[in-house]
Amino acid sequence: MANYTLPLPNKQPESDFYWEKAKDHELWLRKCNQCNNAYFYPRNICPSCYSDDVTWIQASGKATLHAFSIVERGPTPAFRESVPYVAALVDLDEGPRMPTNLVNVEIDGAHIKIGMPLEVTFEDVTDEITLPKFKPAS
Amino acid sequence: MANQTKTAAIVGVAESDQIGIVPEKSALMLHMEAARNAIADAGLTKDDIDGFLTAGYAGYDVAEYLGIHPTYTDSTSVGGSSFVIHIAHAVAAINAGYCEVALITHGQAGRSARSPFGRDPNLPAAQYDTPYGIVGPPINYAMAASRYMHQHGEARTRQALGEIAVSTRKWAQLNPKAMMRDPMTFDEYHNSRWIARPFHLLDCCLVTDAGAAVVVTSVERARNLAKKPVYVLGAAEHHDHSAIHQMPDLTRTPATVTGPAALKMAGVTHDDIDLTMIYDSFTYTVLVTLESLGFCGPGEGPDFIANQRTAPGGSWPLNTSGGGLSYTHPGMYGIFLIVEAVRQLRGETGDRQLDDPKLSLVNGTGGLLSSTGTIVLGVD
Repeated sequence: MANYTLPLPNKQPESDFYWEKAKDHELWLRKCNQCNNAYFYPRNICPSCYSDDVTWIQASGKATLHAFSIVERGPTPAFRESVPYVAALVDLDEGPRMPTNLVNVEIDGAHIKIGMPLEVTFEDVTDEITLPKFKPAS
Repeated sequence: MANQTKTAAIVGVAESDQIGIVPEKSALMLHMEAARNAIADAGLTKDDIDGFLTAGYAGYDVAEYLGIHPTYTDSTSVGGSSFVIHIAHAVAAINAGYCEVALITHGQAGRSARSPFGRDPNLPAAQYDTPYGIVGPPINYAMAASRYMHQHGEARTRQALGEIAVSTRKWAQLNPKAMMRDPMTFDEYHNSRWIARPFHLLDCCLVTDAGAAVVVTSVERARNLAKKPVYVLGAAEHHDHSAIHQMPDLTRTPATVTGPAALKMAGVTHDDIDLTMIYDSFTYTVLVTLESLGFCGPGEGPDFIANQRTAPGGSWPLNTSGGGLSYTHPGMYGIFLIVEAVRQLRGETGDRQLDDPKLSLVNGTGGLLSSTGTIVLGVD
């Protein structure tokens, strides 16, 4: 953990809560009480209806794979040693889509299929930061 | 030409003196060479310029270097689509009386810059994308392409991406300024190394050093300048997301709005277009944009471009410069689409010249399939 060399999220005031909950191995989303829209990423005003009557909900962690890329060439020097890895967009059961990595899976086209069911898993990359990632549903 | 409102005209286009691998020149020097060349192409002088448009920098950073003191400025910066959008903004400014002669410039030392070109680390991407290695266009566009393959068939999509890479290279072989002029076979395409699956190396654009510039002025002023005026007949712009995870549909770009809108403004249809120039950051960008513009329906692109229909000698010329894939791509390539369209409409493109084209549609795409600008250009 001490040797983690990849970029860490640059938290902002409206997302501190999201990352605090990630540290507790929980995935939380913003949801609007006015229009019922659950959305990613966190904003204190609903981007659909502009209400500030928004709350936090804990996501189930269940998702399906929407799109992915097996990255074979690291996009920056920091990621050169990480390849291959799976960049993914996942559709959460609550509605929103989020970017992540697919982990605990054999990295080849035979094992990664769009539409496959996934579940969240948490990677404690430093003492301060935990990244939500996704793995095939058990 | 029926039902065409000639609102303003492109009267000068040029690249920088050199494009390709140019480590001895900064990005701003590339701007300056292109500006000087485009102004000369129009038969104007620097002192005629009263409108200045650029992207990637604040306008004053570039204008100061160029020694230009404009009374109308626009630094709209939406990636590679910016310069196509600048055309519409210049037309509007000229017709509203804010300026008479607008200069649009771009320069980027994409390959050789001494310092990297970064984004604000407070933007959402630095929280939600970067930590996952979702960084830079290839990975993001590759994810979108994976979705297209899922919806429309992997094998036929793969073949279509190869058709685009190979046909674009054939055009580059006819362009002396193109960086990649060796022939490309389908086998070479399919066997090129993986970058971010489903993208091979040969699905990805070049990274070069290059500048280009365009001069726009009123129809009246255009009549007395050096070159045949190329009229801006229609224009539209749109963006619907920044991050790829916020894109409403990974298989449809904002060109679904800008294509039909620009054609409608021009009073023409898809079938009237003689030359289509589509930003080819990746082979997939071309496929998805063709469909989004409305040249064919969703999932029909692979059939539309099959059998090298877009190559030299084919029935549907596309990206005749050799594109970002094989001619040049410094980072925000959109202005080079305009340069080629104008040269084709003027009949200046030598071995790759089309037979008397009258209408060209140009579509720039910026960001992560985030933004598009579409223009329709025509000549008498």
